[in-house]
Amino acid sequence: MRTSAGRNGAAGLPEQEIQSLLSLFGGQFTNNQGTYGKSPFWILTIPSEDIARNLMKRTVCAKSIFELWGHGKSPEELYSSLRNYPVEKMVPFLHSDSTYKIQIHTFNKTLTQEEKVKRIDALEFLPFEGKVNLKKPQHIFSVLEDYGLDPNCIPENPHNIYFGRWIADGQRELIESYSVKKRHYIGNTSMDAGLSFIMANHGKVKKNDIVFDPFVGTGGLLIASAHFGAYVYGTDIDYNTVHGLGKASRKNQKWRGPDENIRANLRQYGLEKYYLDVLVSDASKPSWKKGTYFDAIITDPPYGIRESTRRTGSQKEIQKGIGKCPESHVPVSLNYHLSDMFFDLLNFAAETLTLGGRLVYWLPIYTPEYTEEMVPWHPCLKLISNCEQKLSSHTARRLITMEKVKKFENQDQYSHLLSDQFLPYQGHNSFREKYFSGITKRTAKEEKSSQE
Amino acid sequence: MKLLTHNLLSSHVRGVGPRGFPLRLQATEVRVIPVEFNPDFVARMIPKVEWAALLEAADHLRLAEVPKGPIQGYEQDETFLRKMHHVLLEVEVVEGTLQCPESGRVFPITRGIPNMLLNEEETET
Repeated sequence: MRTSAGRNGAAGLPEQEIQSLLSLFGGQFTNNQGTYGKSPFWILTIPSEDIARNLMKRTVCAKSIFELWGHGKSPEELYSSLRNYPVEKMVPFLHSDSTYKIQIHTFNKTLTQEEKVKRIDALEFLPFEGKVNLKKPQHIFSVLEDYGLDPNCIPENPHNIYFGRWIADGQRELIESYSVKKRHYIGNTSMDAGLSFIMANHGKVKKNDIVFDPFVGTGGLLIASAHFGAYVYGTDIDYNTVHGLGKASRKNQKWRGPDENIRANLRQYGLEKYYLDVLVSDASKPSWKKGTYFDAIITDPPYGIRESTRRTGSQKEIQKGIGKCPESHVPVSLNYHLSDMFFDLLNFAAETLTLGGRLVYWLPIYTPEYTEEMVPWHPCLKLISNCEQKLSSHTARRLITMEKVKKFENQDQYSHLLSDQFLPYQGHNSFREKYFSGITKRTAKEEKSSQE
Repeated sequence: MKLLTHNLLSSHVRGVGPRGFPLRLQATEVRVIPVEFNPDFVARMIPKVEWAALLEAADHLRLAEVPKGPIQGYEQDETFLRKMHHVLLEVEVVEGTLQCPESGRVFPITRGIPNMLLNEEETET
């Protein structure tokens, strides 16, 4: 399997995406290599070709998957490995009625046509009996040569060579077709399309699920889930954003147009049938009845930097700059402490997720003070993964995936208060100050050094 | 706002608890929009529906042909599922209100979107 290791700069994201997807399709993989993460090539053992195909229909991290017939660190090792591959496994794809072609892919190096042909000729010992068809072959075989990741240091010989039967490609083109650049309705913090698909995959979203985003913003995360056939709900405390009113986030545009709202975004991609509803609501004071009806909660809560963290409070402040929407009447503006927000989120997830349902969210951290113990926990939710993406020199966010493993009982609501973990994360409540203080320090340093 | 959503909403006014369900629905503008019929999804929703609340809301919207409850073998009954599909997903309240049955507090629905925000004084601690 060839992946885009760390494409978004978030460590561990491809592995976790593949793990989540495999568990969705009832498979598990064993990693035969141990170096995965550093190399864009992974060798996995997957129970069946069907599972592999299903995996590729969902993944945005993995580029292609091949049935591995042989590999080695040199051509000789490769050929010897191929000779050891059971012939009865090869024969179904090589028989005289079939058509095929062999491709050579070299990564981080370019070969001449002559060099490529030489490599194909060297494979003559394989029992190919079918006809070569370069245009529309039934079977495609690939030689993959790995010349490392450093374009400034290309070795003479490849580190690894693989030979396999191509099975399927991943969904990388979704990233382009759902790009935020072309989307009708965006906000200041709209999620990158690739990441939103990865989050839906972490959430094991499947057809006919109900997926909820309590900090829905412009609905970007809902789009990915709808693409995979889930029906979607969203809430946000910001009236204007939910209604698609107010100032535009696009450069050169003053106010949002009539086609800019969450529903319109789904309509843009032909996914309107998956739109259930959006509501103006305070995530800390949810209006949902008691019960379990969300299969996944996938969200990017505000960190307090580009969008403020708010919850409803008493009528001390009057909303300024409402412009065209005087009736947004949000009696708002209590500082919503980040730690409270995440614990509310976890409690809510524990209460309303179906058993086995997942919570996927971004947790902002101040890197110098971060420890794993700070990741919010809950007795009903099991931590599945925790992947970091750097935001700046001293801040990062972590993609947290949790799965509901225990039915919610009333006392579960308060158990986190007894935990030592509750206190450490409280330090992050001043995340906003730390984020900005870091910038101020750096600017001061830069100014100082430019004066010297 | 669809009736499926109405069936999942409850008032969170302070002190109201489970008596905040269901919210009393009134509509001044309703529209019907066709949504592609997906029997598997509708069948999945049937066990989650609170029928009394659904019937009450459908009644306020003066909808006809609303099944009175799940029927035996509903998963395979296309007629039943199509009726439920229509009631739950194709009828939308564009302008209206949701009222807390216990406290009387009204939540407006504007452009199809309910506004559930409360002041601090009104909410549960």
